[in-house]
Amino acid sequence: MEKQLKILKYSDLSKLIEKFRSQGFPVLAPVRKGKVVEIEQVQSLDEIALDVLLSTQSAKKAAFPKVEKVLEYTLEKSGTKQFPVDPADYKETILFGVRPCDASGFKSLDAIFGEEPKDQFYLEKKEKSTIISFSCPVSDEYCFCTSVGGGPGNTAGSDLQFTGISKDEILVEILTEKGEKLAATFADLLTDAAKDIDKSKFLADVKVVFDVDGVVEKTTASFNNSALWLEQSLRCIGCGACAFVCPTCACFDFQDEQNTKKGVRLRLWDSCGFSLFTLHTSGHNPREVQSQRWRQRIMHKFAYMPEQLHVVGCEGCGRCSRACPVDMNIKEHLTAIGEMVKV
Amino acid sequence: MSDLIKKVTALLNDKTINAFIGYEKGSADRIRATFIRNEDQAQKLILNASCTQNLAGYLLKHEVKKLGKLGILANVAALRSIMQLASEFQIKDGEVYVLFANADGSLTEFTDFKSIEAFLETTDTGIKSEEQEMIAKLEAMTVNERWLFWNKEFEKCIKCYACRAACPMCYCHRCTTDVNQPQWIPVASHELGNLDYHLMRAMHLAGRCVNCGECATACPMDIPLNLLTYQLISPIKATFGATAGMKADAVYALSTYKPDDKENFII
Ligand code: SF4
Ligand code: SF4
Ligand code: SF4
Ligand code: SF4
Repeated sequence: MEKQLKILKYSDLSKLIEKFRSQGFPVLAPVRKGKVVEIEQVQSLDEIALDVLLSTQSAKKAAFPKVEKVLEYTLEKSGTKQFPVDPADYKETILFGVRPCDASGFKSLDAIFGEEPKDQFYLEKKEKSTIISFSCPVSDEYCFCTSVGGGPGNTAGSDLQFTGISKDEILVEILTEKGEKLAATFADLLTDAAKDIDKSKFLADVKVVFDVDGVVEKTTASFNNSALWLEQSLRCIGCGACAFVCPTCACFDFQDEQNTKKGVRLRLWDSCGFSLFTLHTSGHNPREVQSQRWRQRIMHKFAYMPEQLHVVGCEGCGRCSRACPVDMNIKEHLTAIGEMVKV
Repeated sequence: MSDLIKKVTALLNDKTINAFIGYEKGSADRIRATFIRNEDQAQKLILNASCTQNLAGYLLKHEVKKLGKLGILANVAALRSIMQLASEFQIKDGEVYVLFANADGSLTEFTDFKSIEAFLETTDTGIKSEEQEMIAKLEAMTVNERWLFWNKEFEKCIKCYACRAACPMCYCHRCTTDVNQPQWIPVASHELGNLDYHLMRAMHLAGRCVNCGECATACPMDIPLNLLTYQLISPIKATFGATAGMKADAVYALSTYKPDDKENFII
């Protein structure tokens, strides 16, 4: 679809949210909660923290929540009866005010969950989400989107993208058919935009710090370079913070919770950073030490995903590094891999 | 060259230690742990008011232990962690070389547990005043208010276990949360799963928490969960006369029985 450009007034943003609400769409947007910023359902514009760079957790929870029921069952004398959750019941949702790296993160998740057998729980929720991203006027030292093919005005994964171009005006890019359909519901708030608006003038300047192809090539060749992974991960304490805040981390676990009569099957986030992640029933753990788990994290994103799904599994949002309790900085570690002379 | 760099270089050169755990400059304005094994690396060592992380947890990390004999830059919390870990038979006397940075920047070295104990006896090991205020607020609440307070906090929890990983006392090879036969704690990060995890962890830290605050600092969701274990410090002291992390040969209050133990808390 050819992209369309429109103008929306800042002063009409609250009307916009009202419109969404009156059509019955849940609106998920960044909300300030003390020091953290959560992506949550909002009722009005004043709840939304549009000035924050990034929410603490990514937007992935809209389609891949931390806990999700996929099945209910009853245990009866005659046998087990199953009541699967029907993905068709998911609601049309609007994701509002997320950043371009959140929107593009869904591309990786689409690739992962879109593999056979297709994951309807994710795909259906994703299909029913319309993503309105806000480009980034500022960035911080943890951001490196431009090094992994994204950028502060990257439109990949967004249905609509908003860019502030003056105190009063927002440039609206209509990018997909889904976006077009939604934009039609607030067409009265839009006016045509001049064709020659230079959006890049309104975006943060995020320097490219490494060549992603080089990093992919070197990571792929470094499986046996134990010294590299050990050196990078000595301070890693093996928690799940990095994976849980990451927009592209998709590992999960299933747990049944039941009593003698009935139960539910839950899908839960999991992380390759945990030692338990690979622990076998026998007691053997193929990833015995933390450096092997760190290697997995990097190789999954920069070797296995490029090879198998043709995407790099990292959007350069830097969330993992901001959230890491011991300051593991992925941008720094990837830069170091890119600079290795000998692999 | 700072005294610290000189000292660590000397310790490495004369083979007193093989690796030294200290601080280096981190991302933005952060400070991070560093593992110094030679003179070049030692140049990275820094020491300033932001160096507050309790590094003692690293003394038990498998890959750090494998570096050989360890030295560590310990703050008061780390000294107490070492004492507590010693009392739980996780660190032996003389196994770790300990450097303490005094307020004026001078260094005190500890080569045995006795000297750490003596030092702690005359040192302020208490809870920070801001935290004391928070605890006072919590204690002033009704049971119901406190219940609501914690439930609201735990709602934010995503069960990333950064708190457990950062805690120097949470070193269990198989944490109760991870045990699945039987499953004591629901794995899911839902209301019950979060609540059970935090109550279980608080109970396991009762009388063992050295009030370093690493759990809360580590939490990406900004949950003040250190208050949960801090709140147990004074009742344990009042009931059993015990404070964690002061003596290397302390006996754990909650796993010993003395005939004159108070029993008024047993319902
Ligand atoms: S790995 Fe880190 S920087 Fe990359 S997408 Fe995930 S959270 Fe963002
Ligand atoms: S890199 Fe940081 S956030 Fe990730 S597992 Fe290690 S300590 Fe936890
Ligand atoms: S660090 Fe915070 S979010 Fe993570 S498990 Fe602990 S309390 Fe929950
Ligand atoms: S919570 Fe309890 S069982 Fe788990 S690591 Fe901490 S002390 Fe051990």
